[in-house]
Amino acid sequence: MTTLTIAAQDSTTMIGRELKHTLRFPLMLVALILIPVVFLLLFVYILGGSIGAGLGDAARGAPYVNFLVPGILMMTVAAGSGITAINVCTDMTGGIVDRLRTMAVTRGALLTGHVGGYVLRTLVATTVVIGVALLVGFRPEASVADWFAVAGIIAAFSFALAWLSVAIGLGAKTIAGANSATLPIQFLLPFLSSAFVPADSMPAGVRWFTAHQPFTPVVESLRALLTGAPVGNTAYLALAWCAVIAVGGYLWARAGFRRGTR
Amino acid sequence: MSCMNAPTRHATPTAVSANGLRKAYGAKVVLDGVDLSIGKGEVFALLGPNGAGKTTTVKILSTLIPADAGTASVMGHDLRDEAAAVRAEIGVTGQFSAVDNLLTGEENLLLVGRLLHLPAAERRARTAELLERFDLVEAAKQTPATYSGGMTRRLDIAMTLMGRPRLIFLDEPTAGLDPRSRHSTWLLIRDMVAEGVTILLTTQYLEEADQLAGRIAVLDHGRIVAEGTPVELKRRIPGAHIRLRFADAASLDAAARALREGTRDDEELALRVPNEGGIGSLRDVLARLGDGVAVEDLSIHTPDLDDVFFALTGNSSKEQTQ
Repeated sequence: MTTLTIAAQDSTTMIGRELKHTLRFPLMLVALILIPVVFLLLFVYILGGSIGAGLGDAARGAPYVNFLVPGILMMTVAAGSGITAINVCTDMTGGIVDRLRTMAVTRGALLTGHVGGYVLRTLVATTVVIGVALLVGFRPEASVADWFAVAGIIAAFSFALAWLSVAIGLGAKTIAGANSATLPIQFLLPFLSSAFVPADSMPAGVRWFTAHQPFTPVVESLRALLTGAPVGNTAYLALAWCAVIAVGGYLWARAGFRRGTR
Repeated sequence: MSCMNAPTRHATPTAVSANGLRKAYGAKVVLDGVDLSIGKGEVFALLGPNGAGKTTTVKILSTLIPADAGTASVMGHDLRDEAAAVRAEIGVTGQFSAVDNLLTGEENLLLVGRLLHLPAAERRARTAELLERFDLVEAAKQTPATYSGGMTRRLDIAMTLMGRPRLIFLDEPTAGLDPRSRHSTWLLIRDMVAEGVTILLTTQYLEEADQLAGRIAVLDHGRIVAEGTPVELKRRIPGAHIRLRFADAASLDAAARALREGTRDDEELALRVPNEGGIGSLRDVLARLGDGVAVEDLSIHTPDLDDVFFALTGNSSKEQTQ
């Protein structure tokens, strides 16, 4: 066996461990689905009336739910960061990481296991959220190719946030700290993006931030793909941001994992 | 203080050889030049109080952390340059349980088997064998959350044995266990020894080192202050003596004149006479004492490992604080 196949095998083993954990402790998957669904219902049935009325051109005549769902999907991806940061921190504070480090196991397999788990959980959760969205009146106009592109962007974005969350989990001293460190990813950045309302409608300073932060091109490209609007270069911008976050998160995680070896 | 350990000679090839291991965290020196030589098939105990550097030594030798200075080879592989080769031959049971609490006992073993790249059939066979041997068959389908401390420790050790390591590190293997679980852990360790594996264990319990280890190194403040077999260590400290107690001061005076090597304790009316040679020297002491002196009470003290421990570590900590 070459180093690469061993690395792939070890990573698969550790992803399998993550999936077993998810099945054994399904509450994390439930929470991952429940939070975006609650926001979806809240915005569609309670807050959405006046927001939708105020959208003007941005809604292109469609109901608010069509504008909203891409934002909720992006939020679903981001919601996974808390779970992964907690899981990584739990592993690091327990003895299991020392066992792996004293075995001839590929160094990063523990971390790639968490990343793989994040991506797979997100794909399941977003699928369920899309199902609920269809039930509450979401009417996408995407072609089959568009759906693949949507899945690709969701996978890329969750891969990027997974590495960032792993790094946060490695840096956290306590499990509670790991969770709260991801709150900006879970809530602040989604709200300060064009997930719920267009950036144009925000105050000047916030508008600049919203227009230039990575979550906005992700949600814009998902929205364009799902509503059949021209995608332009937002998808490329989104993928570029994903690449930057993934590489940055990976490097940070690698440094954090090494720092654990003192 | 100087290192008291004599150079060790082994007929067997070396499992662990360490020279001048040092480790400091900031200004705090944890290891201050540790030399170790452990032969293959040996059970070696690192004995010391909390903070002596036992766990740090294990962490360095099991590739978890690098030493600041010094060299070491484990199972013939250099620790620094051939860490992967070292890892392939060792098994480590750390101080804190290294089981996955969300997986069942069986799944924990299978996970380790996968990570060791054992073929599926061997993985399953070895898992069944270890569950049987460690008395975990009934608990196999349960998660460690439902286990007692002793069961978790057994699962932990079983996971360590999955890959048939030739050298096993056991860092305080019975810490926190009740006496019965401690005893059954000792039996498990003796079984491993019978299979010919080398064991490096750390312990704070003198009895444990005495029971299990062929050789003991006493670690204190990051230095090895004594090393040898349990018998050698006990012999090393001048604690063996006969204590004679008398009814009155006159008898004590008479005895002290007859046994000039003795130490008087006038308050207790007792005389403490060094006794290194067992029954023979006891007979000699009594003969020299003669029939004229009335001895009220006689007791024989042989040093146990506690004496060794407190004599050696107590002294060295006093020197360090001076």
